[in-house]
Amino acid sequence: MVDRPNKTLADRAYHIRRNAVRMGEVQGQGYIAQALDIADVLAVAWFHAMTYRPEDPDWEGRDRFLLSNGHYAIALYAAFIEAGIISEEELETYGSDDSRLPMSGMAQYTPGMEMSGGSLGVGLAIAVGKCLGLKRKGSKNFVYTLFSDGELDEGSVWEAMMSAAHYKLDNLIAIVDVNNMQADGPSKEVANFEPLVEKMQAFGWFTQRINGNDLEAVRQAFDTAKAHPGAQPRIIIADTLMGKGVPFLEQRDKSHFIRVDAHEWALALEALDAGRPA
Amino acid sequence: MKPNIPPFEPGKKRLTTSAMIASIAAEGQATKPAPFGHALVEVAKSRPDIVGMTADLSKYTDLHIFAKAYPDRFYQMGMAEQILFGAASGLAAEGFTPFCTTYAVFATRRAYDFIHQTIAEEDRNVKIVCALPGLTSGYGPSHQAAEDLALMRAMPNMTIVDPCDALEIEQATAAIAAYHGPTYMRLLRGNVPLVLDEYGYQFKLGKAQVIREGKDILVISSGLLTMRALEAAKELEKDRIGVAVLHCPTIKPLDVETIRAEAKKSGRLVVVAENHTEVGGLGEAVARDFLLNGIHPVKFRHIALPDEFLLAGALPTLHDRYGISTKAIVATLKSWL
Repeated sequence: MVDRPNKTLADRAYHIRRNAVRMGEVQGQGYIAQALDIADVLAVAWFHAMTYRPEDPDWEGRDRFLLSNGHYAIALYAAFIEAGIISEEELETYGSDDSRLPMSGMAQYTPGMEMSGGSLGVGLAIAVGKCLGLKRKGSKNFVYTLFSDGELDEGSVWEAMMSAAHYKLDNLIAIVDVNNMQADGPSKEVANFEPLVEKMQAFGWFTQRINGNDLEAVRQAFDTAKAHPGAQPRIIIADTLMGKGVPFLEQRDKSHFIRVDAHEWALALEALDAGRPA
Repeated sequence: MKPNIPPFEPGKKRLTTSAMIASIAAEGQATKPAPFGHALVEVAKSRPDIVGMTADLSKYTDLHIFAKAYPDRFYQMGMAEQILFGAASGLAAEGFTPFCTTYAVFATRRAYDFIHQTIAEEDRNVKIVCALPGLTSGYGPSHQAAEDLALMRAMPNMTIVDPCDALEIEQATAAIAAYHGPTYMRLLRGNVPLVLDEYGYQFKLGKAQVIREGKDILVISSGLLTMRALEAAKELEKDRIGVAVLHCPTIKPLDVETIRAEAKKSGRLVVVAENHTEVGGLGEAVARDFLLNGIHPVKFRHIALPDEFLLAGALPTLHDRYGISTKAIVATLKSWL
C-alpha cells in the first residue's frame, strides 16, 4: 500500500488473486476457488473502504476486519501481503509447519488477524461485542465481518443478527459471500437460506445484494453501507463466482475444495496475468 | 436409562423441589445476600473496564445488582449463550473485562465451542460466572451441571474457581477481576451461607489452604463440599475423630504442591470430596497427580456424584441420596475408617 499508492482497485484485486494462487501452489491444494471469488470484495475493503496502518496492525484507530470463515485465510493473507502487513516472501510458508499463515485463520498467529475463525458461525457474535466495545470507547471505526453462505446454516449467526439489530449496531458491516457452495454441495440445496434479502430486512438490517465480482458495484455497496444514516447494522450480500479470474477454474465442476493439478498452478498465474487490468 | 421412581403412594408426605431462585442455605444458617453481585459492584467502582453481560439470567445470578448500579455497563444478550460468549470475546478484544453470567449447564454444555474458540483459544480476558454448579438444582439434568468442571478442565488456558461460601465469593470476585485471563467461576447465589469467616480465611487465586487440622482424615475439597466437610468435621469431632479440611478453590491450575505436602503427612485416610461427577473433576486430578508423583496414602477415597443422570426432586433429598449432605458425609467417612 505504501509502495503502490496509485494502483487501481482492479490491480489490487489482480495482486490479491495472484498472491492467493501462489499460496495455493505451496500447498498443492486449498481454498483457491473461494479466494478467487472474494478477491474483489477484499480489494474494495482493504484498498478503498477501510482505515488502517499496515505497519501497526493493532493501531487503535483502525477499522476491524473479522474473518469468520477461517478457511478464507488464504485470501485475507493475500490482501495482507498486498497491503504490506506481511511480506510477500512469507507467502511460501502458507499452511506449513511453524508458519504465521495457517490454513485456517487464527488471532494469535498472524498480524492483522482479529479473530480465530474456522468454527463456522462465530464471527458475527464476536463482531457484536467489538461493535459494542467501539461504541463504549466513542470510536467511529467500523467492524467489517466476512462470512460464507454456508454459515447461514448455523443458528448462532441468526442469534447474532438479532442481537446486532437489537443494539442498533450501525458500526457493523457484514459481508456474506454467496458462492453457493459448501462442504456437501450447493448451499441452497444443503439448507436453503433464500430469500436472503427479505430475511435480512425482516431482521432489521440495511441490506444490499450485489454481484460481488463487479468491482464498481462492490465499491458502491461499501460506500452506501458506510454512509447509510439508519441506526441499524448493514449487510452486503455478495453473489460471487468461484474461481473468478481463472477461466478454467470458473468452468470446473464446483466443490468446496476444488481440484487443481500440479501443472495447473502455473497456468492459473498465466491466466491471471493475461486478464490483468491495463 | 429410565430413572428409578418408586410406585405412587397416595397421601405420602414428600419434600418439594424448591424454586430455582431459592437459597441453598440450611435453616438457621448465617447467610449473606447476593455476595457476587455486591462484590462486583464494589470492584467495578475503580475498574471502568468491567462490564456485565448475561443471557436472560441476571436475576438468577445476582448480576441484576450490578445492572442496577451500572445500567450503562450492563448488556442483556437474550437467551443466546453463544452470542453472550462471542460478544464477550469481542468486548474483551477491545479492552473491556466482561463478567458473563448464566447457568453452568448453559455455559459449559451449550456454549462450549464458543468459550473454547473465542475466549480460551483467543486468550480473551472474560470472566464466566455460573450459577447452579454441580448438583445445586432439583430440576434434573437440564439444570444440573454435574460435569461442568470436567468440561472446563479439558479446555487449555482456562482458570477455574469453585468458591465455598459468601465470603469466598466476595474475595474471589475481586481476585479474578485482578487476574488477566479466561476464568470460569462457580457461583452460589441468593442468600449464600457464610462459613469461612469463622476460620479467618482469605482467598488466594491458585492456592489450596488447610482450613482446619485433623489427625485421622484429610478431606481435599472445593466449593459447597468444603462447607459440608467442615460441618462433618465438627460432627466427627464429637466422636474424637480428627478431620483436616484442605480447601482447593482453584481447580485449575491446581495447587499440587500443597496437596502433595498434606497427603504425605503420614497415616491419614485421604478423601477427595466434590460437588461434581466422579468423572474428570478434582478427584481424578488429585489421583493422577499422586500416582505420577509416587504419593500413596494409606487409603484414598472419593466422594462425588455418580456417573449417571441425576434425579429431579428436593435438593436435601438429592444430597442425601447422592452422598453429599453433611449427614451422608459423616456416615461415609466413618465407614471408611
